[in-house]
Amino acid sequence: MTEQPIPASPVEADLEFMKALQDKGPQKPPRSQWRDVWDQFRKHKGALFGGSFLIFITLAVIFGPYIWDIDAKKLDIRNKDWRPIYTLLWDGDAKAGWIHPLGTDQLGRDILAQMLFGGRVSMAVGWMAMALALIIGTAIGVLSGFFKRMDFWLMRFTDLILSLPILPLVLLAVTLFGQPLRSQFGPEGGMFILIVSVISLTSWMQTARIVRGDILALKEREFILAARSIGTTPGKIIRRHLLPNVISPIMVSATLGLATAIITESALSFLGVGFPSDFPTWGKQLADAVDRMQEFPERVMLPGIAISLTVLAVNYLGDGLRDALDPRIRGR
Amino acid sequence: MLTFTIRRLLLSIPTLLFISLVIFLLLQLAPGDPMAQVPLTVPPEVKEKMREALGLGQPIHIQYWKWLVQVFWIEPQVFIDYLTNRSALFSWLPDTAFSEGKLRVISWQTRSPVMDIVIQRMPQTLWVVGLAYIVGIVIAIPIGIYSAYRHYSVFDQAGTFVTMVGFSIPPFFTGPLLIVIFSVYLGWLPSIYDTTHVVNDWASFKVQFMQMIMPVMVLALQTTAQISRYMRGAMLDNLNQDYVRTARAKGLKESVVVMVHVLRNSMIPVVTVIALGMPAIFGGAIITENVFKVNGIGQLLLTALRANDLPMVMTLTFIFAVLIVLFNLIADILYGLLDPRIRYD
Repeated sequence: MTEQPIPASPVEADLEFMKALQDKGPQKPPRSQWRDVWDQFRKHKGALFGGSFLIFITLAVIFGPYIWDIDAKKLDIRNKDWRPIYTLLWDGDAKAGWIHPLGTDQLGRDILAQMLFGGRVSMAVGWMAMALALIIGTAIGVLSGFFKRMDFWLMRFTDLILSLPILPLVLLAVTLFGQPLRSQFGPEGGMFILIVSVISLTSWMQTARIVRGDILALKEREFILAARSIGTTPGKIIRRHLLPNVISPIMVSATLGLATAIITESALSFLGVGFPSDFPTWGKQLADAVDRMQEFPERVMLPGIAISLTVLAVNYLGDGLRDALDPRIRGR
Repeated sequence: MLTFTIRRLLLSIPTLLFISLVIFLLLQLAPGDPMAQVPLTVPPEVKEKMREALGLGQPIHIQYWKWLVQVFWIEPQVFIDYLTNRSALFSWLPDTAFSEGKLRVISWQTRSPVMDIVIQRMPQTLWVVGLAYIVGIVIAIPIGIYSAYRHYSVFDQAGTFVTMVGFSIPPFFTGPLLIVIFSVYLGWLPSIYDTTHVVNDWASFKVQFMQMIMPVMVLALQTTAQISRYMRGAMLDNLNQDYVRTARAKGLKESVVVMVHVLRNSMIPVVTVIALGMPAIFGGAIITENVFKVNGIGQLLLTALRANDLPMVMTLTFIFAVLIVLFNLIADILYGLLDPRIRYD
């Protein structure tokens, strides 16, 4: 055994090293995680467009009916079948004017007011159903990921629900349970409750699976062990340590959920099983206009474009969020 | 692999039973009364008799058991009888009469067996849906390959945009849109799908072809959008792998590297997505059939729902469930077959 040579004066040698290691310039101020996320998100043009369009359309349908305060359900047979204002550009004799910028339908209801009101319904259904589906999905995902005893049965249950035929079942539920709920909560309220619950009960499964997978991986990490060893209760571990770490997959599946909820609601209205017939939604406006789309193509186009643009915006938002929230992609 | 397949097959039986139970209970809980359409002048005791004739008098579990027996035991017998009596393939076998005098699932609308109607309607749906799926896949795979190979090129950007749009526009908007453009303004294609049309020569084939274009393309757009995104993702994952560099270093041609080495490995997840997407497109067909007035099973389901025809609704929904379970099974087995690393047993 030979002894290690000891430097004559260790302090001096260390100082030498320390000088080399010292930063040349001033240190950058620390950046929060959400700042990084926002910077990455800003780079994705489509996501930026999607996010702002979604905010715009949500604000428009919330506040629009107060600004454009014509009643969407008011019949005005004398002024039926007005064309949109832009028809005047190529046809000076067209029945159009600033009183009804987007025209009126076959019963004289103002189309702009209908679009705003219908959008309000569609967006409300979308947001509510998405939120409910997220809550159910996250709860089931967390429970089955965190508690081993429940895992097997909860996941079998999720698989079973996943193999249900969704659209036929939704159609079934809405037609069969429409009547009693209508008499209970009024024609619109009952249908709203029914559609929101049916959509959310059939769309939580993907969220549950993703959350479960992430929780299973996180549970084995050291910080959970540390939390456990200082006596943190399972409830606290879930709330303080696990949920903040699965927020990004939840946000991504939220955007997907919002898009599917809007499309499902419109599809139901289109098939004529959704809201009552005098209650405008985008899907119902589209379905009503299909019969006369030769003469009035704009009545099909306007709600159709509204649905498509909203869903496109939501999908782009989801795409951008996925990139921005993934730390492996961020900063590249 | 065989044990895995058998195990999966056995597991799908309780799944299907559970699904049928869910549908059955949903229909039982529903407050709709099949006697609601009967005129008020019909005396109550006659009404009671009619209810019994429909099998409504008995407790729920007996009704459910009867439905199960009818679908899983009597319908196969009917099918065997049909094969031995009338079909061209097996009519040399001695005629059987297993199902004679046995009760089948009867539709409340038409008073004829549900399965007969379903079998009449099935070919229309299968033609439109199947063709749409094949067309969608054939378009999607090259797009996916090329946009992954030329990552961030103009083609890739455009392809991503188009698939995103195809993903977002619902079929009940693209359908009317195409009808307005191609049937109303241009007059090239018929807007209604004529299911009674018989193809026997070139001219009638052309008519059939013309009327299938729009429904097939509307359904195919959804498939294309979804599958080309998966294809692109899978190709991108594989293009950066070490084995690709090795293949290039060996001096293999670029076409061989991409089309043989990378493509084969990327197809593994895509094939399962293709199998898993099949039931969804049957669901989408409900809307497309409604738009183009195709009288397939989706349209049958809608009319049955409106007419409160519970046996028909029950059986049709169950058929959709069988499709889903079947294609999930196919996806699992394909995954095991294609990827030797994943063998479930």
